[in-house]
Amino acid sequence: MIELKNVNKSFGELDVLNDISIRFEAGKTNLIIGQSGSGKTVLLKSIIGLHEVDNGHIYYGDRDFTAMNFNERKLIRKEMGMVFQGGALFDSLTVEENVSFPLDMFSDMNEDDKRARVKFCLDRVDIKKAHKLYPAEISGGMQKRVAIARAIVLNPSYLFCDEPNSGLDPVTAIVIDKLIHEITVEYKMTTIINTHDMNSVMEIGEKILFINKGVKAWEGSNHEIFDTENQSLNNFVFASNLFKKIKKKL
Amino acid sequence: MSFIENIGQYVLFLNRVFSKPERRRIFFDQIIKEIYKLGVNSLGIVVIISVFMGAVISLQTAYNLDNPLLPDYLVGYTTRESMILEFSSTIVGLILAGKVGSNIASEIGSMRVTEQIDALEIMGVNSANFLVFPKIIAAVFINPFLYVISVFVGITGGLLASYLADTVSVADFLYGVQYSIIPYYISYSLIKTVVFAFIITSVSSFYGYYVSGGSLEVGRASTKAVVNSSILILLANLILTHILLK
Repeated sequence: MIELKNVNKSFGELDVLNDISIRFEAGKTNLIIGQSGSGKTVLLKSIIGLHEVDNGHIYYGDRDFTAMNFNERKLIRKEMGMVFQGGALFDSLTVEENVSFPLDMFSDMNEDDKRARVKFCLDRVDIKKAHKLYPAEISGGMQKRVAIARAIVLNPSYLFCDEPNSGLDPVTAIVIDKLIHEITVEYKMTTIINTHDMNSVMEIGEKILFINKGVKAWEGSNHEIFDTENQSLNNFVFASNLFKKIKKKL
Repeated sequence: MSFIENIGQYVLFLNRVFSKPERRRIFFDQIIKEIYKLGVNSLGIVVIISVFMGAVISLQTAYNLDNPLLPDYLVGYTTRESMILEFSSTIVGLILAGKVGSNIASEIGSMRVTEQIDALEIMGVNSANFLVFPKIIAAVFINPFLYVISVFVGITGGLLASYLADTVSVADFLYGVQYSIIPYYISYSLIKTVVFAFIITSVSSFYGYYVSGGSLEVGRASTKAVVNSSILILLANLILTHILLK
C-alpha cells in the first residue's frame, strides 16, 4: 500500500501539485490519469523520490518515505520496480544482462540461480529468443516487456509504470496492460501506472486518480467512470467521438 | 546557471562520484571496460599525432639551427625535451579532451535523456558513482601509459624525419636524445597527465550528467565539455608548471 497525504509540489512560482491525498492499494492496478501537463508525471516522480515534495507525506506501508534520508530510501528502493516510458534499458547491455543487472547489484545469488531467475522473468513476459540481443535490436513492444522483466526481477513490492504503452500499437498496448495487471495480482504488488490511454483505463483501471491542473479532481474505478458527473473528467475521458457514442449507448 | 553555481554543483557532483562503490567486482569490471574504451581506443590517435609532432619538431629545430657553433645533436635533444615537457602531456591532453571528452559527455547525456540514469537511481544505485568513478580511475591509470607511448613514438617520428630529410645524422640525433636527461621532467609531466585525465573525465561527465532536454542538448553539453575541459587543461598546465618547475 502507498498512501499520499496532502502532497504539494511547485517549481519556482508554478504550483504543479496541490494538496493530493490518496491511498493506492496492494494487489491492484492503480492508474493516475490526466491531460498532458496536469502534473501526473511530477506526481509519479515525487512518489518514487526523483522529485522532493514541498510538503505532505508519502507512506510506503507505514514507512514515511518523505522523512527518510538517502540511505534509508536506498533500502526501500530495492522494493521498487519501475517501467519507464521509453523502457530505459541500458544500451550497452544485452536483454539478458539488462534483466540480470539488479540481481548483480543487489542480490547474493550465485550465477546459476541468477540465470534461472532471469530466464524465469523473461519467460514470464514472453521473451523467448532475444536474450543475447541489444535493446536497439528489438522492437518497442519487446523493449517494454524486457523493462517489465527487469522491474520484477527482484520481486518488488511496488511497481511503477510511466506510460507503459505509449508508442505501441493498440494490440501490443493491451498485451502490455494485461501483463502488468497479471503480474500485479500474481505478486500482490502495489502498482501505480501513469497513463492517458483510455484503453488502459477501461482494461485495468481498478483504481483511478484523475488529476486536473495539479489538483485531485476525481477518484474511482473503471466501472464508475461512465457514471461520473465530474465535468473535467468527462471532458477528458469522452474527448473522442467513439467514447461519446459508447457512453450514449450505455 | 552562474559560474559560482556551476562550481558548487560540480563539487556536489564529485562528492557523489567519490563514494564507496556498491559492488567491488562490478566496479573493477567497469574499470577494465573503461580502460579499453578511454585508453586502448585512443592509442591510434595518440600515436598518429605524436609521430607527426615529433617529426615536425625535429625538422623545425634542424632548419632553424643556422649557427655553426650549435651542435647537431640539439635536434634530438630539443625533440625529446619538447615531447617530454609539453607535447605528450598537454597537446595529447587537449586532443583527448576532444575525443574522450565528447564521447563521455554524449554517452552520459544520452543516458540522462533516455531515463537510463533515472532507472539506476530508482534501483537504488548511486548513478554518479557507478557511471563516473570507473571512468576517472581508468583515465588516471591509463593516460600516463599513453604519455609514455607518445614520448617514445614522438622521438621515433623525429628520428625518422631527420633521417629521411637528411637534416642530422642518426648518431647525432640519438646522442641528443640521451643528452642531459633530467628525470624530474618526466615526473612533472606525469603529474600533469594525471591531472589532465581527471579534468577530462570529471568535467565531461559533469556536463553529460546534468543534461536536460533532448538530443540537441546532448550535443550542446558535448561541446561545452570539450571547450571547458580544454580551458581547464590550459589553466592547470600554467599553474602546475609554475608550482612544479619554480
